[in-house]
Amino acid sequence: MATTTPGDTAAMLGEHRAETRTIGGVQLEVLSGGRGEPLVVLHDYEYFNEWQPFEAALSASHSVIVPSHPGFGASELPAHFDSIDDLAYVYLDLLRELGSRQVSLLGLGIGGWIAAEVAVRCTHYLRRLVLVDAVGIKVGGITDRDITDTFVIGPKDFLQVAWHDPAAGAERMKLAGLTQLDEPQLTTVLRNRQTTAILTWKPFMHNPKLRRRLARVDVPTLVLWGESDRIVTTDYGRAYAAAIPGAGFETIPAAGHYPYLEQPEAFVAAVSAFLRAE
Amino acid sequence: MLAYHFTEMPYPYVPEEVEQSYGTSRVTLPRSYCDPKIAADLYNRYLDEYEYADDLGLEIMLNEHHQTMTCMDAVVPISAGALARRTKRAKIAIVGSPLPHRDNPVRVAEEIAMLDCISRGRIISGFVRGVGTEIHPANTVPAYTRQRFEEAHDLIIKAWTTPEPFNWEGRFWHYRYVNVWPRTYQQPHPPIWITGSSLENVPWVADHQYTFACFLTPYEWTEQLTNAYRQRCAEKGLPEPTPDKFAYLALTYTGETDEEAERDGQGLLWYLYRVRHPYFNLPPGYVSPQAQAKAMLGGGGKPYRDSFEMLQQKGIVIAGSPDTVIEKIRYLHERCGIGHLLMMNQAGFMPADKVRKSMKLFAEEVYPAIKELGVKTPALQGA
Repeated sequence: MATTTPGDTAAMLGEHRAETRTIGGVQLEVLSGGRGEPLVVLHDYEYFNEWQPFEAALSASHSVIVPSHPGFGASELPAHFDSIDDLAYVYLDLLRELGSRQVSLLGLGIGGWIAAEVAVRCTHYLRRLVLVDAVGIKVGGITDRDITDTFVIGPKDFLQVAWHDPAAGAERMKLAGLTQLDEPQLTTVLRNRQTTAILTWKPFMHNPKLRRRLARVDVPTLVLWGESDRIVTTDYGRAYAAAIPGAGFETIPAAGHYPYLEQPEAFVAAVSAFLRAE
Repeated sequence: MLAYHFTEMPYPYVPEEVEQSYGTSRVTLPRSYCDPKIAADLYNRYLDEYEYADDLGLEIMLNEHHQTMTCMDAVVPISAGALARRTKRAKIAIVGSPLPHRDNPVRVAEEIAMLDCISRGRIISGFVRGVGTEIHPANTVPAYTRQRFEEAHDLIIKAWTTPEPFNWEGRFWHYRYVNVWPRTYQQPHPPIWITGSSLENVPWVADHQYTFACFLTPYEWTEQLTNAYRQRCAEKGLPEPTPDKFAYLALTYTGETDEEAERDGQGLLWYLYRVRHPYFNLPPGYVSPQAQAKAMLGGGGKPYRDSFEMLQQKGIVIAGSPDTVIEKIRYLHERCGIGHLLMMNQAGFMPADKVRKSMKLFAEEVYPAIKELGVKTPALQGA
């Protein structure tokens, strides 16, 4: 099933298509658009399978591929899937299937954790890695909660910790209990949260072993962070970058946990510059 | 009909504005508000009331919750152990062990087996999935409570019924040598009760021929649930369920007159009126996304904020003079086929003397009149 957004929006968003693909034995819905070296975008948990302006912008220079993770959007969740590494193996299969040894991986939030789990297992198919406001590692002490527990706060408090400008976030995101959603949309949002809880509940939002394993990452890596992120702070981001040999760390001003939604131009500029580099 | 005395062992002495300011009575209400000297007095008082129930000829029900002022009975094998020694005849219904939240189901099998021996076979072993607020104290993955419940159940039943050590390699638990000592006093094992408030687990309970316990559901709903059990039995060719297959928990108060019961029974509503945190109450995946979406779009009611009168009409509160209470219990039995009446006789600040007065009136003037309901069922013949 191919869809093209009509009219002015099309000019802004560019052409893209939605299809169902079987990857690693799992049926996933996949959005894709653009031409060039492949760039796989791994999304975060408060997510809707819509082609975003930052993806359209990146598709000017890349073949952008955006799968909905197993258990998100219209993608199935196999009954035995219960951790982030189950997803990492699906995406390792995807990278292999793309048939290019020049795939870049852009991981957002939880997607950043998945990307990191992919990269510590195998980088044969990877060219570059970008981690954006990623979760997945343990930085602080036993009683420090490195990552804000967004499961126990309402949508308004969520926007306060997730956005530099919460009012802009309220416009931009589709949140249960805040945005007017019809039953299928609300069901999708709640299923995304359920899947997130299955994958990240304990240990909460991290793999205790990942930080040490990041030393295995041997492709150029950029760790990119929204300066105002209060779900995972810039200090956490610096620790992430420090664990990956040679990784760069950059911040995006006036952006929270979703710099790609809150400051798409600055975000695309930073990512493009990094991906262009030889 | 068997009647069971029950209290959640509340710690009510937290100022309402404190509870409001934290937005919850459970999970994160700071423990600094618990004075252990007051807790000691309360535990002993509540256990005394349970012993009094035994003296009066009533049965006993216990449950557990965690990190909450509403229920200090955090470790039900401890209260059951104390009562197994101090009571002589009452059945001790543990409703129940929160299976998904117990890290070691073999330990649960040991606890119940030991209690069953100490009490010489007076234990009823309830297994519960646990309400939403039990998720965080145990840090259980909300979407897996049902699967963990079923695996723990299968393991415990096998541990009670297998004569030799066995191996277990499940999804959630692994053991190489399961071999529970002691054996349960009741053979093959104590009666099993399962709680439920939706149609979701009724077929499973019916298929296992366990007693289904409804807590604080309105008549209509209770009737729907028990009918679903009956229908499942009919479909599966299982025996028509007798009243011992159904238990119902109500807030109960027996007074000399209806007026007295309404005045003194108001204290029960403390339990319903506590502050419920929307997200601790409903963690992601605890109910299916489909069901939760429907509930959110449906607006969702607040049945627990109903008035005393409304709760009486729904059958959630059963209060009145002995004659009124007899009539209400007869109605519950006839409409829903209930054979076990679980009575929350105490909540919040309700003082010991009033609780005891209500229990005594019930035991002397109500119980004799309702005992015969469903009495042909052997399991309902009290000691």
